[in-house]
This record gives sequence, C-alpha cells and structure tokens, in this order.
Amino acid sequence: MATAIQRRPLSIGEGGLIAAMTVAALVCLIVVAKAEDQAMAFHAALATLASGAAAFLLIKRYTERGEAIPQEINGKPNYQLGPVKLATFFAVFWGLAGFLVGLVIALQLAFPVLNFDLPWTTFGRLRPLHTSAVIFAFGGNVLLATSFYVVQRTSRTRIAGELGSWFVVWGYNFFILIAGTGYLLGVTQSKEYAEPEWYADLWLTIVWVVYLLVFLATLWKRKEPHIYVANWFYLAFIVTIAMLHLVNNATIPVSVFGTKSYIVWSGMQDAMTQWWYGHNAVGFFLTAGFLAIMYYFVPKRADRPVYSYRLSIVHFWSLIFLYIWAGPHHLHYTATPQWAQTLGMTFSIMLWMPSWGGMINGLMTLSGAWDKLRTDPVLRMLVVSVAFYGMSTFEGPLMSIRAVNSLSHYTDWTIGHVHSGALGWVGFVSFGALYCLVPWLWNRKGLYSLKLVNWHFWTATIGIVLYISAMWVSGILQGLMWRSYTALGFLEYSFIETVEAMHPFYLIRALGGALFLIGAVIMAYNLWMTARHGEEAEAEPVGAGARLQPAE
Amino acid sequence: MLNRHEIFEKNSIVLLVGVLIVVAIGGLVELVPNFYLKSTIEKVDGMRPYTPLELAGRNIYVREGCYTCHSQMIRTLRDEVERYGHYSLAAESMYDHPFQWGSKRSGPDLARVGGKYSDDWHRAHLVNPRDVVPASIMPGYPFLAKTRLDIRQIAADLKTNALVGVPYDEAMIEAAVADLKAQADPENDGVDGLLERYPGANVRDFDGDPKMVTELDALIAYLQMLGTLVDFSTFDAKADVNIR
Repeated sequence: MATAIQRRPLSIGEGGLIAAMTVAALVCLIVVAKAEDQAMAFHAALATLASGAAAFLLIKRYTERGEAIPQEINGKPNYQLGPVKLATFFAVFWGLAGFLVGLVIALQLAFPVLNFDLPWTTFGRLRPLHTSAVIFAFGGNVLLATSFYVVQRTSRTRIAGELGSWFVVWGYNFFILIAGTGYLLGVTQSKEYAEPEWYADLWLTIVWVVYLLVFLATLWKRKEPHIYVANWFYLAFIVTIAMLHLVNNATIPVSVFGTKSYIVWSGMQDAMTQWWYGHNAVGFFLTAGFLAIMYYFVPKRADRPVYSYRLSIVHFWSLIFLYIWAGPHHLHYTATPQWAQTLGMTFSIMLWMPSWGGMINGLMTLSGAWDKLRTDPVLRMLVVSVAFYGMSTFEGPLMSIRAVNSLSHYTDWTIGHVHSGALGWVGFVSFGALYCLVPWLWNRKGLYSLKLVNWHFWTATIGIVLYISAMWVSGILQGLMWRSYTALGFLEYSFIETVEAMHPFYLIRALGGALFLIGAVIMAYNLWMTARHGEEAEAEPVGAGARLQPAE
Repeated sequence: MLNRHEIFEKNSIVLLVGVLIVVAIGGLVELVPNFYLKSTIEKVDGMRPYTPLELAGRNIYVREGCYTCHSQMIRTLRDEVERYGHYSLAAESMYDHPFQWGSKRSGPDLARVGGKYSDDWHRAHLVNPRDVVPASIMPGYPFLAKTRLDIRQIAADLKTNALVGVPYDEAMIEAAVADLKAQADPENDGVDGLLERYPGANVRDFDGDPKMVTELDALIAYLQMLGTLVDFSTFDAKADVNIR
C-alpha cells in the first residue's frame, strides 16, 4: 500500500493514563511508607510496582509509536484482539489455579491434617481463594475475553479506544492478585463472594467503570443497526454487577493506611444486602454473562441462527427482573422478616420459567444441526453446559422452597447445587467458548486435537457426576441426621457423628474434583498447542462470516 | 409488540436505563423496608456493643474465615432449638459489622456457643481440635496462642464502629486500650470501669497465659459471649412488636 506513514500523536487517553499511573505509583509509595499493617505495605508495594511498570510501558509504547492503527483493513474491521488473547490466557491460568485450590480444600475436609495448621493454609483462608479464583478470576476473564470479542464482532467494528480494553484486562487481573494474596494474609471482609477489602473494591470499581465505558462506546460505533442479543446480556451483567458491588461493599476503612474496614450495614440488614448481592453474583455474573456466551458461541459453532428472537426478548427481561428478588431464599427460617423470605421464595420459583426459556432457546438453536453433536466435541460441551444449566435452574427453585430449604440449608446439598451450575454450566460453556476462541484469535485452522477435547469432555463429565451425586447424598444425609429423633424424643445424633458420616462422600467429591482438574489440564495443553503450533488458517479465521441474524 | 422492542435494540442508552430500572425494583422493595419497619428488629433487654477485647476476637474470627464452616444463626426449627438453644433474634446481631450468620455447617452453629465449654476446652480445641474431638475436621490454630494481640488500632476500630451506628460513646473509645487489657486480667484496676461500660462482660485470663494478651485471649473472649447477651426471661416472642 502506498499510503504515507502517519505518526500517531500522543492521545489524551494515552497521556492521561501515563499521568494517572505515575501519580498512582507515587501515592502507593507513600502508602508503603505509612502502612499500618504488613498486608497493606505489601499490597501498596505491589501497586507501586504495577503502576510504575504500566507508566513505563505506556511511555515506551508512545516513543516507539508506528503507523496509526487503522479501523478497517480492506473494508473489513480491524478487530483489536490483544486484550482478548490476554484475558483468554488469564482465564486458563486462573482456571487451573482455582480448580487446584478447590481440590486442596476438598481434601482438607477429608483429611484435616492437610491444613498444616499454618495461618495461610487453613480451610478458612483457602476457601475464599477457591471461590474467588473460579468465579471472578476464571469466570471473570472468560467474560472479559468473550465480551470484548463478541461486542466487536457483532457490532462489526474495532473496539472503542486503544488502551481502555488493555487497562480493563490488566486492571482486573491486578484486582485478582490483590484479592487472592489478601485472603492468604487474612485480609477479608468475610462476606461470602465479597471478601476483598475496601481498597481492592475501590480499584475494582474504577476498572469496572472503564469496562462499562469501553463496552458502551463500542456499541455506539457499531455498524449493525441492532444490538445483538448477547450484548444485552453482557450489558445487564456489567451494569448490575456494578450496582451490587457498590451497595454490598459500602464500607468505612479504619484507616486509609490499613487494610481493615467495617461495613455500614449491620446484622440482619447486612444479611439481606449480602444475599441480594450474593445470589445476583450468581444471577448476573454466572448466569447473564454466560448466557451472553451461549447466545454467541452456540449459534456460531452449530452454524444455525438463534432459535427464537421472541423468546430471547421475553427471556432476557423476565430473567433480569426476577433474579434480583431471589436473595432472601438464602435466609429461610432465620431472623429475616417472614415477608422477605416469602418474596424471595416466590420469585425464585418464578425464575424457573425464564431460566428454562433460555435453556430452550440455546438447545433448540441446534434444530437441524443435531448431527453435529456426534462429530464436534466442542459443540457437545456447549450443549451439555446448557443441559446442566437447565438442571441446576430447576434444582435452585426447588431448594428455595421453605420446606425443602429447611433440610438442604447449611448442608453439602447447597455445595452440590452450586457445583452443578459452576462446573456443569459455567465451566463447560467457558471451555466451549475457549475452544472456539483460541483458533479464531490465533488464526488457526482448528484445534490442535479434537480427540483431546473428547477426553476433556468425558473426564470432566464423570468428575461432575461424581461430585454432585456425592454432595446430594452427603447433604441430604447430614440434613436428615441433624433432625433425626430417637423413639424417646431425643436428638439421635451428636453433631460430630454427622461429620464422621460425611467422610466417604468427601473422598468421592475430591475424586470428582481431581477428574475435573485433569480435564482442565488436558484443555490447557490442547489450547497451548493450538496457539503455538496449530496450522495457520488461510484467509479469514473459521466462522468469521457473521451469521447471527435472529430467526424471525 | 416485538417491533416496539426495537427501541432497546437500537439505542444502547435506552437499553442501559431499561436494565437499570428493571433490576432496581426487586432490591428496593426487599431491602429498603428493613431500614424503617419497626418490627424488623425485636425489642430486647441485654444487648450491648462488644467490649474491645471481644471486638478484637471477632475480627480474628472474621480474618480466619470461620464463617466458611460455622453458622451463627439458629433457625426456628425444633431440632435446631433443641441442639443449639433459643432461635437467633435479629436483635442479637444488630451490632455486627459484618453479620456472620454463615451459610454452611461443616462445623456446628456457634450463635450460642458462649458459656457452653470452659476456657480450657476452647484453648485445647483451638490449638488442636482433635485433642478434644477426635473426629473433628477443623484446622488447628496453634499460632493464635503465640501471637500477641495487635491493639494499636483498637480505639480506631471502636470509632469506626460508632460511625456506622454502634453505640460506642466517647468514654468507651477513650478507654478502649485500658478496657481491653482489663478484660484479660482480673487483677487489673480497670475492671470496674470495664464492667460499668459493658455490663456482664466476662473478665478472665482466657488463654491461661498471664504474660501477654494473645489473639487466643481475644477469640475465646468473643466465643464465650456469643448468644449470651439477650435476657430471654423478659423476651416475649408473641408480643405485637415482635411478630414478624
């Protein structure tokens, strides 16, 4: 091409970010000097290094600037794939780490000696590390990667801003680093799924606002008249998580140089706020966000349009409206007002319908392409994930019924339920999306090995089945033992007897978790080989031609 | 009708505002009334803020993530009330920032563990649970007995709690360090002042180590008062104000 080289000028965003990172490095350095506890000193030091490195790299990037990055090449959008690749890498990395920690804590419950009685290796500190690593680190990076990919593809435009998306991916993963190391050092709010302390929360807020802006601004420059259905779900996920995060983490730090803070809500109001947040972390992070993945990757992989446009609309609005009410079903028979418990239960049961609406829309998208399940293990993974979604969104409303909940609450049944959703739905739909994404991103003809995908699929599926059946049995068993009476009217079992009864099931659960982890290791190898050694695709990556118009 | 949906599909801001309105409703209806309905929190006698030592112990409970295995919420079910004691009242956690009701019982509920076991038992149990409960799957916390309690922030802790609504007054904040030390040392001159500010507080050398106030002192002091504050002889569950 004979166009003259255009040097990029220093953009406002670039300059602003360099300035902000420099200031941040200085501020954090002051915090290191004045920190009131070691954890804060450590985290501030990490932040100083990270923001210093960011400022340095930004300046280096500016001095080495080449041609202006074109929005289009040969009339086709020049998609920004760097941040998507980075988030994909982090997703696999944190996935392996999170599954591994899960296996460790599963074994700790079977063999308490594995706690080693050191502060940073006890179950109480590792359990939040596991949940955060799989939900926020693994799941979060899958959502970042897919949302940045999907919003560009379905808007047929390059992402808005050059640095925003990079900032979001690096910034989010820095948040993960701070949160995770914090748990090990005992820095936690001990609010389930909202454990990170106030300064990590503040940083996440900044990252999240930029995420929302990048996403919105990309929609604004779209070349398609309609916003594709996956993007509705991504947008609902981003906005609602922002709302939940801000309200549930309203804390006052004891000192700006210390890690400790106190939440403004107390007791029962805190419980309501927490489960409003907690259940919608499930509803909007693990459901709405991953439904967006379903709405892009299932039609794409099956090469069929979405089953029903009408169902997408009804399902979208009813799902987001109903989900937000479901929180109080975590508080049945507690000191929460009865009216709130009843509302929570009622809406949880109603939630069954839009959930299955989504499942039907996903599954029926395969109409006319069911034969592909035989030949394409990636599609099989995606479809089985939707089936697991259907199963756990049936089980959820069932468990939200007060009478059922009186048995299931506080037991492993809840753990089993969460994992049928987390391993079956979120895990499999993520794996399916990663198997699609990696060849597209690295411009490969296909995956390194479909046979290995098959191995991953079966290992993980057997792992999940072992996991959830063990938890059903142990949960229901323990629940029944707790409420069991002798003929004379005394409680039949001491608490510790019910703990002893759990041991065999904890072994089976750990085995299931190990199989799931092995499956993920197989995936990581397969993806690595695809990206590094796969055969170059010829022109456009597989499946690039958009076929996402909704069915009429 | 579906054609009208176009406005959401063609305008991201309309979609954004639509989503915000739709997701705000449930939260507003379920959360806000709990802050003004008078029946939400029962009227009881005996509730007081945590003593500085108990609060420090609670912070260790929070730091170690005890909530991942222990609930502090006895439900209104026959077997729970028989196993653990009177069902938990909302009033009993009204000074809790954050609440620690928990969601899983890998270990037993702790809402009323206060006074059920001796300090000796707790000491042995926290250092190595299997010494007293052979089948226990709880981690040991031997380091608590060896770690001197960090009390530099305790007055600031009380002050922050006061900011978020816990009725700590000036005198309590001022005497925080003295009260903390007094509670772990029955010989201390400050015991009377402590008991005046926090009626009924347990004053003992909780960890049996008179040389220093350890994290174990604080945690046992917290565990030993859990669920013991409310005077149930004057609590009328059927009173109008308590019907929820």
